[in-house]
Amino acid sequence: MKLLFDGVSGRALILLALFFAVLAAAPLFVNDYLLVVLITILYFAYAGQCWNIMMGFAGQLSLGHALYIGLGAYVTAALYVKFGVSPWIGLVPAMIIAGAVGAVIGFLAFRFGVSGVYFAILTIAFAEFARIGFDHFSWVGGAAGYFLPVANYTQNDLLNLRGSQRMFYYIVFAMTVIAFIICHLLLRSRAGYYWLAIRESPEAAEALGINVFRYKMYAVVLSAAMTSLGGVIFAFFYNNLFPEQVFHISRSIEIILGPIIGGIGTLFGPIVGAFLLTGLAEGLREVMLRLGIDLPGVKQVFYGLCLLGVVMFLPEGVWPSLKKKLGLDRGNEGS
Amino acid sequence: MTTDVILKIAISGVLTGLIYGLMALGLSVIFGVVRVVNFAHGEMMTIAMYLVIVAFNALGLDPLIMLVPISAVLFALGYLMQRAIINPFINRPEHSQFMLLVAVALVIVNALLLIFGPDSQGVTTSYSFDSFDVGGIIIDAGKVYAAIAALIVAVLLFAFFRLTLTGKAIRACADNYNGALVVGLNVKRLYALTFGIGAACVGAAGTMLMIVTDVTPAIGPAYTLLAFVIVITGGLGSMPGAIIGGVLIGLTEALGGFFFTPSAKSMFSFAILVLILLFRPQGIMGRKAA
Amino acid sequence: MALLEVSGISKSFSGLKAVQNVTFDVPEGKIVALIGPNGAGKTTCFNLIAGVYQPDTGSITLNGARIDGRRPDEICKAGIGRTFQIVKPFAGLSVLDNVVVGALNSASSIIEARRKADEVLEILGLAPKRLQPASTLTLPDRKRLEVARALATQPKLLLLDEVMAGLRPTEVDQIVSVLLDLNKRGLTILLIEHVMRAVMALSGNVIVLHHGELISRGTPDEIAKDPKVLECYLGEEAL
Repeated sequence: MKLLFDGVSGRALILLALFFAVLAAAPLFVNDYLLVVLITILYFAYAGQCWNIMMGFAGQLSLGHALYIGLGAYVTAALYVKFGVSPWIGLVPAMIIAGAVGAVIGFLAFRFGVSGVYFAILTIAFAEFARIGFDHFSWVGGAAGYFLPVANYTQNDLLNLRGSQRMFYYIVFAMTVIAFIICHLLLRSRAGYYWLAIRESPEAAEALGINVFRYKMYAVVLSAAMTSLGGVIFAFFYNNLFPEQVFHISRSIEIILGPIIGGIGTLFGPIVGAFLLTGLAEGLREVMLRLGIDLPGVKQVFYGLCLLGVVMFLPEGVWPSLKKKLGLDRGNEGS
Repeated sequence: MTTDVILKIAISGVLTGLIYGLMALGLSVIFGVVRVVNFAHGEMMTIAMYLVIVAFNALGLDPLIMLVPISAVLFALGYLMQRAIINPFINRPEHSQFMLLVAVALVIVNALLLIFGPDSQGVTTSYSFDSFDVGGIIIDAGKVYAAIAALIVAVLLFAFFRLTLTGKAIRACADNYNGALVVGLNVKRLYALTFGIGAACVGAAGTMLMIVTDVTPAIGPAYTLLAFVIVITGGLGSMPGAIIGGVLIGLTEALGGFFFTPSAKSMFSFAILVLILLFRPQGIMGRKAA
Repeated sequence: MALLEVSGISKSFSGLKAVQNVTFDVPEGKIVALIGPNGAGKTTCFNLIAGVYQPDTGSITLNGARIDGRRPDEICKAGIGRTFQIVKPFAGLSVLDNVVVGALNSASSIIEARRKADEVLEILGLAPKRLQPASTLTLPDRKRLEVARALATQPKLLLLDEVMAGLRPTEVDQIVSVLLDLNKRGLTILLIEHVMRAVMALSGNVIVLHHGELISRGTPDEIAKDPKVLECYLGEEAL
């Protein structure tokens, strides 16, 4: 417990508690539409937080995180549909498989000094590989898609993740909070210090006795395994999976936009970014709906321009400057 | 009979590969000199491809005629992009440059989607159905023309870098940035020029590709990835490597598509990428780093 | 047996012989200085010892155990700390956290590492700046941070690569006294240095490299009289 609150100011704790309390109470006040928006936001906050372990902490840019989402989704969905395995059990093999795939990618790249942008290319290549592979993987529907049975559930079946949006909201909310706490603790652990050192200067990190290869691998495997849990939610919330959508590069980019806009390497960046981005996108959708415009691509152009603006004018992201405004800027990074 | 078919497929793959090579050459040149990874490369190529569509549909102009004008338009686009948005990022961290170009790519893909819609479009030229018969092997005429044009552009580019003063100045920048500054080269202008040249390559490649294939707005990222796979396969910073890599990947995709299924063809180029990273990370033509 | 024994190491880079058949040792508890004109192969020598490069020939032992061919992190674990000539601070981290990373090499917990890091910062006079981001430090402070970080790994042997360069004479004297103090407490030091004031003050034992070869070794006085040294080095730089 001491470690948990170490270096966090009282003011920050109060604001944090307030923030989570509002989120916890939100389903009591919002309508169904807003609830779905909130689920989307928290989903991106969670996935962004997981991605941030690799990029924000260890400095390894992954542009293929849709791969881990997809693996988590397909593995648990297939186990549930084919063998009736509860997703709560299915998530174990899902995490193991995603982690193993992450390990393979990491091994290929880090063993041979593939880093920076070339590492990013490799991650995209693997995601694309999976996309095309699943397109031809007829056991789980191939390109025609894979569907989970949907019925009207009068009762929430938490065991099989079948139920109301409110149930999903609380699950994603819990995941977001847990991921936040895990990342907070990681930053205060040996691994966290080592990751930041590797991010800032791999040569210096090595000279200080850090096994750079091993800690990069830890980051990739952990990030991949955690991200796959996001895929479980994706599968059981949307109930349909198409390789062209699940593994597509634009899914990977969606995941990383939140943390980039919010602030790479910070704990709140992914959350703030997800709120801003999804909030603005939904606002834009609403405006277009009112104006009667229905054009595909508008949302993505908007995403692109947002990203462009943030990268050009707020290279640190929104959170660091917001943190100053809230008067939380003292000492330790992140929180 | 089967050998003939396989040979036909192989030749067709090599011809397409030459066009891929030209596209990758653009990426290689930009990276080699400006040290920025152009993640919007394939997307820029789709711009060129849609310019072909517009010129063809509106004015009936053949892609071969459009080769020079479209390359010129892409040159201008590349030049301006470097000047306006990429130049302030030259000294920023790698991932920050990368993200900038991801953003540019995202905007291009979806702006094209807004303008042209999601459906695939193509052109039918007067020689679309012509073919050459070389000793019983049938080869599409359009592919031959396109590949020859791509090869000519590549050769001109080699000559430019070897023989002209500007080309040598650009290579000097690539070798030694500070040295280039010291001897009074206008590095900013040369960088913009290089980005322009890289974009012109991809413009030429895109124009030629339209003779061979169709275009959708969403295809951009796939070409970006393909260009990267080729450049890594051929060897970073090696101009001949880009062409050789292009041919190799073109060949692999054609044969892979033939023996398995066309929709899975890019899996084979990824497989090559992984093999290269495992056994020869410096690429086919690349030199081992010290 | 000396703490560090370097025997017959060579290294070439694409044909260029950076270090040729160099042999020397660093006895436990001593301070040894490695000098030579620019491009003499001093930093390459360091990088061979620290595991950044593998020697083409020869062997390096620490306490009798071979360390050549091992990775830099393994060599650090074996007990060699190093600084970089071109400083490599973890720019985004605070000064304290920079040193904590080093201290974690031997500390078993974060709390212990923080305590150790604070001690080291105190020794090097960086304590008042402990919460500042490393990116805000001046160059002399960055050099100190390099030393602090390496020291925090608790090495038996400390490799210092030009940590005095660019410092004012009073600052040089400060670092010299810190190093002498650490040496008294048992730390063995091998340093590359151009600042003769520091070499003279610190070391009874100087090794001179020129064109990748060891051309002389002895006390500062002895090497100052060596005609080979005078010719290649002191002649051009006028001590």
